[in-house]
Amino acid sequence: MLSIKNLQASVEEKEILRGINLEVKAGEVHAIMGPNGSGKSTLASVLAGKEDYEVTGGEIDFLGKDLLEFDADERAREGVFLAFQYPVEIPGVSTTNFMKTALNQIREHRGEKPLDAVSFLKRMKEKMKLVEIDQSLLSRSLNEGFSGGEKKRNEIFQMAMLEPKLAILDETDSGLDIDALRIVANGVNALKSKENATIVVTHYQRLLDYIVPDYVHVLYKGRIVKSGTKELALELEEKGYDWIKEEAEAQA
Amino acid sequence: MKEIAGNTIISSLSAQFEAFEKQLNGQSKSAVHQVRKAAMAQLQTAGLPAARDEEYKFTNLTKALAKNIDFDQATPAFNLTPEAIKEVQVTGLDAYKLVFLNGKYSEELSDTISVEGLTVLPFQAALKDKQDVVEQYFGKKADLESDPFIAMNTAFSMNGVFIEVADKVVVDKPIVLYFVGDSSAAKLSYQIRNLVVAGKFAEATVIEKFDTIGDNESFTNVVNEFSVDHNANVRYFKIENDSDQAYHVSNTHASQEGSSTFTANTIALNGAMVRNNLNIRLDGEGCESHMNGLYVLKGKTHVDNHTVVDHVKPNSYSNELYKGIMDDKSRGVFNGKIFVRQDAQKTNAFQSNKNVLLSDNATINTKPQLEIWADDVKCSHGCTTGQLDQDALFYLQARGILKDKARAILLKAFASDVLENIDNKAIKDYLEAIITERLEA
Repeated sequence: MLSIKNLQASVEEKEILRGINLEVKAGEVHAIMGPNGSGKSTLASVLAGKEDYEVTGGEIDFLGKDLLEFDADERAREGVFLAFQYPVEIPGVSTTNFMKTALNQIREHRGEKPLDAVSFLKRMKEKMKLVEIDQSLLSRSLNEGFSGGEKKRNEIFQMAMLEPKLAILDETDSGLDIDALRIVANGVNALKSKENATIVVTHYQRLLDYIVPDYVHVLYKGRIVKSGTKELALELEEKGYDWIKEEAEAQA
Repeated sequence: MKEIAGNTIISSLSAQFEAFEKQLNGQSKSAVHQVRKAAMAQLQTAGLPAARDEEYKFTNLTKALAKNIDFDQATPAFNLTPEAIKEVQVTGLDAYKLVFLNGKYSEELSDTISVEGLTVLPFQAALKDKQDVVEQYFGKKADLESDPFIAMNTAFSMNGVFIEVADKVVVDKPIVLYFVGDSSAAKLSYQIRNLVVAGKFAEATVIEKFDTIGDNESFTNVVNEFSVDHNANVRYFKIENDSDQAYHVSNTHASQEGSSTFTANTIALNGAMVRNNLNIRLDGEGCESHMNGLYVLKGKTHVDNHTVVDHVKPNSYSNELYKGIMDDKSRGVFNGKIFVRQDAQKTNAFQSNKNVLLSDNATINTKPQLEIWADDVKCSHGCTTGQLDQDALFYLQARGILKDKARAILLKAFASDVLENIDNKAIKDYLEAIITERLEA
């Protein structure tokens, strides 16, 4: 589904990603871990098409298409979804209206008719249950005055509404208490299928107790320095990142 | 004679004034005409705003008018079709309608209004039929020495509307005034004078809409005087979406008695150069004033909003929110003055002006001015100017929304709190449709 080859990216002349290679197949869950400043969130943002980052080399193939050729909105319409680490507060736009616009633009892209009001509401209700989010919250301005947990649940709600092929969760566990974490993880798990894939970007292993990855990759200084299965995450939790750093430095 | 600004314009107007006086016959001795004469004299002495005039610093109307408007020329004929006149009206608006063509009242196109306790007359007719009321209020709120365009307007006061709402009368529908101009054959210039007198506990909504059709330059100069008596509630809308060649000045002066409410919604969407002066005097205790303003500009449109809120007595509240979106080479000017007089203790006065600049060539000049002599008051003001929030734009795009659409959503959201304050659905829908179309273009 996703094939990243030697991806390099920088922001304001500063090189952050220094040759990422990653293969993600449909049905898989990949966790990207790593110490702070290793480039995890940059990778997530670059995949979603944030313009602040300049891709200086490499390629990203997504379902046979060159993702780097697309703007952020085209990527989303092709099925890429980024759950933001820091969801933006947008006064004056309700989540409901925002979702209606987004969903119908994606449907239009797929050659489908816009959803009528009744079907849209039905879908909303269904997905709201999934992340235990309240209707009143969705009528309010997008993320404005939401608690950390509400913001993250809203991200997963949006993901459920848009049914992406590739979901990238950027530090979705940050700022969540254990209940919120479980709700968010349940939502993500419920959305998992053989047709879609998930990339979980996280600093801590905690979230991976709930969203069990097939593969774990450790990012350090802009490169994937180690890959393994879910046991690698447990090892990191236990031993921290220092041994990875040492290993990487030794190889370099 | 001292050199004054706008000399050529004033000599044209002086000649016109002589001709105007000759047509008046018996009326030239009237009290109203004495005010007109004083206004003409004031204009001849003080002139139009000079380039260095502080109040018109960013808006050199004198120069623009001298260059673009022919003040010697008589008002051209009005040749627009009924369809064209209909086109500029607000769809779905349930209101009492008055139509003015090149400034002249059209009886044929206007509604006959018969509501108990409500008098609506063309200004000219009110000079005869409501002479006493006109003489009591005319020129009393809009001080002709305070602004040269008030003097200019006052000198030629003849066209416009007179509205009187008797005590305790609640007018069931808004009164909408459509000012339609035809500048397709020649340059156009006309002046409008409106007088609104609301009695105690009276309620009314007055909507003004200005549209000029045609490729030639036009100039409209409007003065509104609102007298709002005790416990009255008056809402005023001004919708300005004129042609690219339209020069427009308006002076709206409202004076409030105790426990009254006055709301002004000033919307400017297009024109060459627009200047709106809004002055509200809270002359009683327990008054409420709301000023909402929105300007969404593109091309070379220049819109200048000058507002003055004058708290004279204690325990009143005023709230002002002006928002602007400027694209291309457009320019916005906001100047908001709040006066709190020594007697006006326990005043609450708030002001906010927020702007978004969409292009490197767009400009905003914003200036809050607070003069507070009372010591027990709550006053705040703030202004912000920025660009579109790039993080918010990315967020919307990351959900599949096209960049242009995402941009439009954010700008509409920015404007929404001004639009939310508009309690008339037809007007709100109408404005939303124009703004949405504009922002998505």
